Amino acid sequence: MARTVWDSSVGKKTVMAVSGVIMLLYLVAHVIGNLKIFFGPDEFNHYGHWLRTVGEPFMHYEWTLWLIRVVLVVAVVAHATSAYQLSRRDLKARPTKYVHSKPRASYATRTMRWGGVILGLFIVWHVLDLTTGTVHSGGFQEGHPYQNVVDTFSTWYGNVIYIVAMLALGLHIRHGFWSAAQTLGVGSRARDRALKTVANVLALLLTAGFIAVPVGVMTGVVS
Amino acid sequence: MKLTLRVWRQKNAGAEGAMSTYEVDDISPDMSFLEMLDVLNEQLILSGEEPVAFDHDCREGICGACSLVINGDAHGPERTTTCQLHMRSFKDGDTIDIEPWRASAFPVIKDLVVDRSAFDRIIQAGGYITAPTGAAPEAHATPVPKADADFAFEHAECIGCGACVAACPNGAAMLFTSAKVNHLNVLPQGAPERESRVLDMVAQMDAEGFGGCTLTGECATACPKGIPLMSITSMNKEWLRATRKAGKR
Ligand code: HEM
Ligand code: SF4
Ligand code: FES
Repeated sequence: MARTVWDSSVGKKTVMAVSGVIMLLYLVAHVIGNLKIFFGPDEFNHYGHWLRTVGEPFMHYEWTLWLIRVVLVVAVVAHATSAYQLSRRDLKARPTKYVHSKPRASYATRTMRWGGVILGLFIVWHVLDLTTGTVHSGGFQEGHPYQNVVDTFSTWYGNVIYIVAMLALGLHIRHGFWSAAQTLGVGSRARDRALKTVANVLALLLTAGFIAVPVGVMTGVVS
Repeated sequence: MKLTLRVWRQKNAGAEGAMSTYEVDDISPDMSFLEMLDVLNEQLILSGEEPVAFDHDCREGICGACSLVINGDAHGPERTTTCQLHMRSFKDGDTIDIEPWRASAFPVIKDLVVDRSAFDRIIQAGGYITAPTGAAPEAHATPVPKADADFAFEHAECIGCGACVAACPNGAAMLFTSAKVNHLNVLPQGAPERESRVLDMVAQMDAEGFGGCTLTGECATACPKGIPLMSITSMNKEWLRATRKAGKR
């Protein structure tokens, strides 16, 4: 069955929708966590420590966190691979452009591919910056996420990369959430307005919530 | 009306094509778009040139033979077929671009005519019901709930013209295929092949080299019969259901 799903354009799109929804759920949790930065270093760092102890004593230290990381890596890889393969198929199916061409579809719809690439690059940079510290600007300190975040957003490029990526994320979710509902067959005429509203609200809240952090550092609210 | 036409001319499937410019005069606003092309062709024949090849049959908006991308829109600016489009939708002095359907699964045969036999093969893969032939069955023998009958009828309106493919930026045949799948899958007559129909028709659609759906919605905007975009959602649901059932067996 897995083979049939992966070989079909409709099946591959299902993989994209499911992995997209998994990432989306994670992002909702992630933005709530991030906003704790506005309550000071103690609360934020304590939250960072708690993430490693979730599930204890059933789970060992960091087990839950690693489980989430594995699920996320699988989701990102599945999403990006199916996006790449489906996009190649789409481009091959329409090789000739119309001489008389018009701008088509909404901005969010047209930017799914490039926006997705921006998000993919951002995810790599983001992990290297704040998880491993490899490309971090200040002296990266394990266990001191508050200071690490302040360091990142004290550089102009840190702010630019982050804010551009979050705007791309908002557009991606705006079309993506509603699309996933259609792909998974749960959309309907009666639910269409509600789905579009939820897509817009999610996109807006996530983008605003994530961008609040660099803006907080830039304005000195977080330091 | 006096018009400038820029028309895609291509000798045959293998030849390079290009846009050629023609002038037509004395076009009545009451003419259909195809009648306007008839005028152009008469003019071309009189001057010893090759007439423009284009598909048409019923000229009543019911057969699905006519095509043409007019000024970038499949079937032109109105929500109807090209044969039912009238010249009153244009203004005197307009320049009109006329191109064939564009998709790698619909190769150009000549000028504005494309090969749409890929659609026939999608239908052959499952767009039918198996039923004994003979006299029409008694109408009350198989009751169909009103809502299902309406749903089936809405999708049965698809005339297989291919405007959805032409309008789709991915050259996808999802709207056509979903119209056919939904039409039969909702009815008791279509129930015996409910799962194999959607699986086989989608597989054939992929095999023909059509693209995938990115929910751009251009197909439903172009469709002369108003097949809704949500039709694709319903087919996805049928496909997932059939795949789950196949997995259990
Ligand atoms: C690795 C980076 C990413 C790439 C390359 C990527 C690319 C894409 C592409 C090409 C599509 C299809 C667009 C279309 O149908 O027009 C898509 C859909 C989608 N993406 Fe992403 N994306 C990425 C990251 C994300 C993230 C972080 C999320 C989490 C919110 C997400 C959620 C979605 C959803 C929900 C869909 C809709 C699936 C569907 O159409 O059924 N994507 N993505
Ligand atoms: S769905 Fe509409 S546009 Fe597509 S083939 Fe059927 S009638 Fe034509
Ligand atoms: S010629 Fe039959 S639908 Fe246009």
